[in-house]
Amino acid sequence: MLLLGVGVFFGLIGTIYWFTAYEDGGTMMLVGTCLLGLLPGSYYFYWHRRMPVRPEDRDDATMEDGAGTIDSFPGSSIWPFVIGMSAFLITMGLVFGFWLALPGVGLLLTALAGVTAESRRGGTV
Amino acid sequence: MTDVITPPATSGGIDLPDEHAPVAAHGHEEHGPSGLLKWLTSTDHKVIGMSYMITSLVLFYVAGIMALIIRLQLASPNSSLVDFQQYNQLFTMHGSLMLYLFAGPFAFGGLANYIVPLQIGAPDMAFPRLNALSYWLYLTGSIAMMSSFLVAGGAPSFGWVSYAPLSNATNSPGAGGDMWIMAIALTGFSAIFTGVNLVATIFYLRAPGMTMFRMPIFTWNMLVTALLILIAFPVLTSALIMLFCDRHFGTHIYSVVGGGSPILWQNLFWFFGHPEVYILALPYFGIVTEVLPVFSRKPVFGYKGMVFATMAIAALSTGVWAHHMFTTGAVLLPFFSLLTLLIAVPTGIKFFNWIGTMWRGQLQMTTAMLFCIGFLFVFLIGGITGVMLGSPPIDFFVHDTYFVVAHFHNVLIGTAVFAGFAGIYYWYPKMFGRMLDERLGKWHFWLLFIGFWITFMPQYVLGLKGMPRRVAVYPDNLGWQIYNQISTVGAFIIAASFAIMLWNLWISWRRPVLAGDNPWDAHTLEWFTTSPPPHHNYTHLPPIRSERPTWDANHPDAPALEHGHPRQSPNGSRKGGERKVGTH
Repeated sequence: MLLLGVGVFFGLIGTIYWFTAYEDGGTMMLVGTCLLGLLPGSYYFYWHRRMPVRPEDRDDATMEDGAGTIDSFPGSSIWPFVIGMSAFLITMGLVFGFWLALPGVGLLLTALAGVTAESRRGGTV
Repeated sequence: MTDVITPPATSGGIDLPDEHAPVAAHGHEEHGPSGLLKWLTSTDHKVIGMSYMITSLVLFYVAGIMALIIRLQLASPNSSLVDFQQYNQLFTMHGSLMLYLFAGPFAFGGLANYIVPLQIGAPDMAFPRLNALSYWLYLTGSIAMMSSFLVAGGAPSFGWVSYAPLSNATNSPGAGGDMWIMAIALTGFSAIFTGVNLVATIFYLRAPGMTMFRMPIFTWNMLVTALLILIAFPVLTSALIMLFCDRHFGTHIYSVVGGGSPILWQNLFWFFGHPEVYILALPYFGIVTEVLPVFSRKPVFGYKGMVFATMAIAALSTGVWAHHMFTTGAVLLPFFSLLTLLIAVPTGIKFFNWIGTMWRGQLQMTTAMLFCIGFLFVFLIGGITGVMLGSPPIDFFVHDTYFVVAHFHNVLIGTAVFAGFAGIYYWYPKMFGRMLDERLGKWHFWLLFIGFWITFMPQYVLGLKGMPRRVAVYPDNLGWQIYNQISTVGAFIIAASFAIMLWNLWISWRRPVLAGDNPWDAHTLEWFTTSPPPHHNYTHLPPIRSERPTWDANHPDAPALEHGHPRQSPNGSRKGGERKVGTH
C-alpha cells in the first residue's frame, strides 16, 4: 500500500509539474518514480488480496503462530567479498585501461559460479 | 554453510532478559570462521553493520582533518598554506567523504544494518550475502575515492556536486575525476542494494505481532529512507555514467557544443541530491525519536503523526530539487519554492512531537539525551535558515555565499553528528556489552556544542557580507578576517571534542565497564536480547503487544499502553486499559 501511495503521489506531482513547468527532464524523472512505486506496489496488492493475514500483521499473534522455518540464511560466504573486489577491478579498468578489468571479469565469473553452487547446496539466497 | 532459522520461543512476558544464559548463543557462534576470515566472509548483519560504522567513522575523522586544513587556510587573508588547486581538492574531498561516504553509509549501512533486524525481531537481513556485497562495494568505493589523491593530477577539484561543464575532460583532466565517478557509482550500487535489503527485511521478517504500526520509529524511518534511496540513487548513477561518457567516449550530453545541456546535469544531480539530504536526515530523526522517549521515561508522543510526517518529508523532498538551481533562471520558481516551504510543516510536526515526548517526562540527562537536545537546537536553526533560502528573493541574494555553507552545516552536523553520536552513545552498550564513560561523553558534547556555534555563526555573517564559498583566499580590506578567525577557533574546539571521543573509546576498550542487557531500561525489542546479541539475535522473544515490547516485559505492573493510549487488544498477555498514565 505504501508503494502504491508512492506511485499515485508521483503521478499527481508529475502531472502538475508537466502542466506548469514545461520541462522535460524533471517530468521524465517524476514519471519514472511513479512507475517505481506502482510496479512493486501493485504486485504486493495482488498478493495482499490472495493471502491470509500473516502473524506479523496481526495485533494478537503469539510467537507460536510464527512457528516453523523462517528461512535459510547463509552462515558465512567468501563470494560477496570476491564480487566486491571484481567490481573494483572492473570499474578501475574503465579508468586506467581494460587490462585491469580482465582479472576482474575472471573473478566475477568465478564468484558467480561459486555463489550459485553455494545456493544449491544450502537453500535459498 | 547455511543456518536454517526457526522462530525463537516466546518467554511469556515475565522472564527478565538476564535470566537466560547466553551459553547456547556462544556455542552457536563458534562454528563460523574467526579472525580476519570472519570479517571477510561474514554475512551476519551485525558484523557487516560494524564494518560499515568503523569504516565510515575513520573517513569522518579523515574528512574532519581536511576541514581543519581548510579552516587554517582561511584564518588569514591571502594565506598560502595550500595552493588553489590543493584547496579545491580539499573542499571537494571533504564534501564527498562526509556526504557520500560518512553520513549516509553510517546511518543506513551501519546503524540500520545493525539495529533494524534487532528491532523487528528478525534473525538477519533478508538477503545476507547481498548485504555483505553492499559493504564490499562501499569499501572499494571508499578506497577508490581516497586513492584519487595518489594519481597524477591529484584528487578531483570540481566540488562534491561536480557541475558540468567544470567536470568535463577539458576543465578537469586526469584520472582523479574518473576515480571519483567510479567511487560514487560503486557506493551508489551499495546503497541501492542496502535499500532493497532493508525494504525486504521490514516487509517479510518481522516477528509475529510486530505489526507495521508497532515498529519502532527508527525502523519506520529506515523503511522510508530505503524507498528514497531507491528513488534517488539510480538517477545519480545514470547521470554519472553519462558524465563518464562525456569525458571519455565523445558524447555531448552535458556540453553545449554538441547540442547537450549543462543544466541537465544539475537537474539530474539535484533530483538525487535533495532526496539525498533527507536520506541523510531521516535515519537520524529516527535515532532522536528512539532516544528521547527512553530518557523521558515516556512512550513517544504522536507515534502515527511521526510516521506520516516522515512519509510527507520524504514525498515532498523529491519535488524540491530545483531550489538549488533558482539562480540558473531555468527553473519554475513558484513550484519549487512552494514545495520547499511545505517541508517545514511535517518537520514542524516532528519538532512538536519531540518536545511533546519530553514534556512532563522524567528527563535523564545522559550523554545520548544531551546530544539529542543539542540536535534539536542545531537542526532548528538549520531548518529555519532553510526556509529562508527556500524563498527565491533571499536565495538570489545569498546563493553560493557562506550563508549557504553555514546553513547546510547546521542541517548536516545537526543530524549526522549530533543525532549520529547520540546513536553511538545510546547503542554502544548493546553492540559491545560495555559502557562509554558518561563524564567524557558530556565533555565531548559540550565542547562540540559550543565549538559548533563558534564555527558556524560567523559564517552566516560572512555570507551576508558577501563572502563567496569555495574561495581559497580573500582580500584583507573587506572586514572578513575576524569572522574567519573566530570560525577557525571554533573548528579546533570541535576537533578537541572528537579527540575526547577517541579517548573515550580507548578507555572503554582498555577498562571495560559491563553494560548488561538493558542499561537504559529502554523500550524497544533490541534491548531484550543479550549485549552483544548472539548469532541470529534471539533465543526467545517477549509477546509484542505495543511499540514498546521490552518495556512491557520488564514492567508488568505499568499500565498497558499502545501509542500512549490504554491498549484495546483483549488477547494481550496482560490485562490492560483501565487507567490512563499520569504523564498525559
